[in-house]
Amino acid sequence: MKNSISQIKKALIEKKISVGELYDEYLAKAKSGNNNSFNLVIDRENNISSINDSQNRYDNGNPLPLDGIPLGIKDLFCTKGIRTTASSKILSNYIPNYESFVTQQLLNDGSIFIGKNNCDEFAMGSSNETSYFGPVINPWKNKNSQKDNLVPGGSSGGSAAAVAEGSCVASMGTDTGGSIRQPASLCGIVGLKPTFGSCSRWGIVAFASSLDQAGPLTNCVEDAAYVLNSINKYDFNDSTSSNHQREDYLVDINNSFEKKIKIGIPSDYLEDVSDDILNQIDNTKKALSKHGIEFVDVKFKTTEYALSTYYILAPAEASSNLARYDGIRYGVREDGESLDDIYLNSRTKGFGDEVTRRILIGAYVLSAGYYDAYYRQAQKVRRLIKNDFQRILNEVDFILTPTTPNEAFKIGDKLDPISMYKNDIYTVPTSLAGLPGISIPSGLSKNGLPLGVQFIGNYFEEKSLLQLAALAEKELSFNE
Amino acid sequence: MSNNWEMVIGLEVHAQLKTSSKLFSSSPNQFGSEPNENVNFIDSGMPGMLPVMNFGCIEMAIKTGYALNFKINKYSVFERKNYFYPDLPQGYQISQFEFPILSEGYINIDSGDNQKKIRIERAHLEQDAGKSIHDIDPKYSFIDLNRVGTPLLEIVSYPDLSSADEVINYMSSLRQLLMYIDVCDGNMQEGSLRADVNLSVRKKGQELGTRCEIKNLNSFKFIKQAIEYEFQRQINIIDGGGEIEQNTMLFDTSTGETRAMRSKEFSHDYRYFPDPDLLPVNLSQEQIDKIKPLVGELPQDKLNKYLDNYSLDKDIAKIIIAEKQNANLFEKMISESTVKPKFIAAWLVGDIFAFIKENNLEVNSLNDKTKDITDLLKLISDDVISNKAGKEILPKVLNGEGKPSELVKELGLEQVSDSGELEKIIDEALVGEEENILKFQGGSDRVLGYFVGKCLKATKGKGNPKLINKILLEKLKK
Repeated sequence: MKNSISQIKKALIEKKISVGELYDEYLAKAKSGNNNSFNLVIDRENNISSINDSQNRYDNGNPLPLDGIPLGIKDLFCTKGIRTTASSKILSNYIPNYESFVTQQLLNDGSIFIGKNNCDEFAMGSSNETSYFGPVINPWKNKNSQKDNLVPGGSSGGSAAAVAEGSCVASMGTDTGGSIRQPASLCGIVGLKPTFGSCSRWGIVAFASSLDQAGPLTNCVEDAAYVLNSINKYDFNDSTSSNHQREDYLVDINNSFEKKIKIGIPSDYLEDVSDDILNQIDNTKKALSKHGIEFVDVKFKTTEYALSTYYILAPAEASSNLARYDGIRYGVREDGESLDDIYLNSRTKGFGDEVTRRILIGAYVLSAGYYDAYYRQAQKVRRLIKNDFQRILNEVDFILTPTTPNEAFKIGDKLDPISMYKNDIYTVPTSLAGLPGISIPSGLSKNGLPLGVQFIGNYFEEKSLLQLAALAEKELSFNE
Repeated sequence: MSNNWEMVIGLEVHAQLKTSSKLFSSSPNQFGSEPNENVNFIDSGMPGMLPVMNFGCIEMAIKTGYALNFKINKYSVFERKNYFYPDLPQGYQISQFEFPILSEGYINIDSGDNQKKIRIERAHLEQDAGKSIHDIDPKYSFIDLNRVGTPLLEIVSYPDLSSADEVINYMSSLRQLLMYIDVCDGNMQEGSLRADVNLSVRKKGQELGTRCEIKNLNSFKFIKQAIEYEFQRQINIIDGGGEIEQNTMLFDTSTGETRAMRSKEFSHDYRYFPDPDLLPVNLSQEQIDKIKPLVGELPQDKLNKYLDNYSLDKDIAKIIIAEKQNANLFEKMISESTVKPKFIAAWLVGDIFAFIKENNLEVNSLNDKTKDITDLLKLISDDVISNKAGKEILPKVLNGEGKPSELVKELGLEQVSDSGELEKIIDEALVGEEENILKFQGGSDRVLGYFVGKCLKATKGKGNPKLINKILLEKLKK
């Protein structure tokens, strides 16, 4: 079992380890680079003042909440003075002159960045195979086929793999349709997507603005609460940031619920799923029933429309969000005879196939004559999906689903985009509704690979969601 | 030949709003800075940057709504208009499309001797683009992003205009109103106000023809030239048996001609959709109502007031209301003085405006001299000094060379209004004029003018002409 943030902090306070030693330990693993989980690692000398400042605060007995904790940062967060690529060729030379709101909060709380985690290009993918810097390898192996390299999931695959391999204590990811929860599940760690509007999107390379949400990938639920305490803040500069009062997510995390809890299991999610997946739900149900939690069947009316709705709306927004990457002001520019050629060449060579595909889909569904049939219709369906969740969350406190329909698969196995898109079938509806969801490890598959379950809570109720996940975690923990 | 043809014109006017910062970023909104000086990470379209709406723009739009008789919509939506151009860093312009902030307004304009109501379909907020500069270097184009994100209000009229003169009247009325409510500086040369003209032609009474859009006209002169040229161009095509293609046209200011920029087949598909980075604008009635008192008196209100309360001539009143600063100056003088408004108005549009024009001044620059001006006007209207002396002193007062009463003394321009003194002068002047006196008594009024002139000359112009007149009449009638 890896050390949690509170254990590490205790060791630092008790001087069993120094901030520098801690950093070196994680940096060594990150640098070994066996799983390609980092696009860039930050050498000790480039972090030396942060390390020294942090050590001083420990020495003075006033450490910050995340003081000295080595974090990985998905390469989608702009980091001041540190190359930020979105794992795309077109941004492969881009060094921002500003720090994203979320990473700034983490720095303010004393954490130290080990490096930038590999991810799918512009966060578009479910296997981390679309990265310009090559695929990330899942640290886990199929016990029946040890030689195969498996995907870590995506798009925050580098973040998930880095936490799982122990090259950072926690990593910041982003989730648009499952990009935190799905890789967390496939790598056997915890992944939290907060309610849309919780964590500012300012300074995160945008994929689909109405869905993108930052969140932590961690070894345990308590660590997720540590990180969430830091990043969940109102930001004036993000117009979709909610300015409600935030809670301390650590306070009650290990307490049992005072009231009777009812969890809904959507039966329509469990049609045609493998025994491996059904087992996860059964395990979780058994474990939590012991604590007096009640389970009921619920049925969504909109599940079958979620994926197609998502694959209209997300590409539509992406096609516009990625228009700024034209090679004119920053990023990689390809030569051309005319202005149009410069655009064409820079974008054709700068974007990979999956990104190009989604830009084309997005441009198509927004174009004259198709807008009503696709984009407008999808917006209406999205509203119905939200209403559907609201209806069910009026009956139950939480919803329990599998996180993924399958275990980690072999790199290169899923070449057909549609079968790849289906990986997000359990996470996409939550994203469309804007609700918070957390994936925690729930057991191993027949092949000895980790699988997870997802708990979904109501808007901005991350506190009780984390409490529930922590309770389940105690019962479900498994050894590697 | 064009006698039985008529033109049908609709106008899209872009007004730059006078906010201190841009529509969605905190960069300064100002003209004339060094290239790319007013550009931040949002304006330059850096990755991960997000727009934040400047509520000042909404307030200005609401003000405009009141001034142009619009329905002010509580719900409006910013959408993205997607196209590629180097001076558009985001790859899209944030604009309002399906749900504009203002709809269904109108203004009344002069058309010949009558008023004509011009209906306005909508007005919406949007970002301006930057500038591409192609004439600095033979090989490279240069980009200035200062204007990126500047707030524009696009005001789209119905095709209710039917001559170049009407278009000019409409445009200048709009300009006047926008300047009155202080949302636009109206500076057309700097591009603060510019128009796209949609024009089609038809035989009188017939169906609407195919229209062409002439883009980006930034002076009244060009608007008039472009309309006249385009009108004739379209008629010539139809008379020659051709058909009008729906084109976007450019007006070449050097030749005075319009030419096609792109045809409809090559028109952009802008793929509008609601900007997911921004929430829809939801205004409460209270927020809208709060703006109303800020609108202030509009030109038409002032005109009515000047005619009804101050009995000004219509032509003079119109000159004063043409610009808000004129009206402000005028009203300040009225409020500070007991001189009749009509008297003040005559001097304002006469000698005072002439002075301003001659010296290239801003009307505003006289705001701190109003007390001196009205003191001078009081001396004139009370006959302390003559009209002529007033004209002599005015420039000195406006230049701040002294107080009117001091200047009158200094220059010895005080009128002689002592009737005893004047009687003496008149008696002397009448000596030896028996013949003329008889002429007058015989009914020749012209002789009176001669006597007044003679007396004035004797007083070196300082005699009060009215008094001289009065005394003369008394004496002559004896």
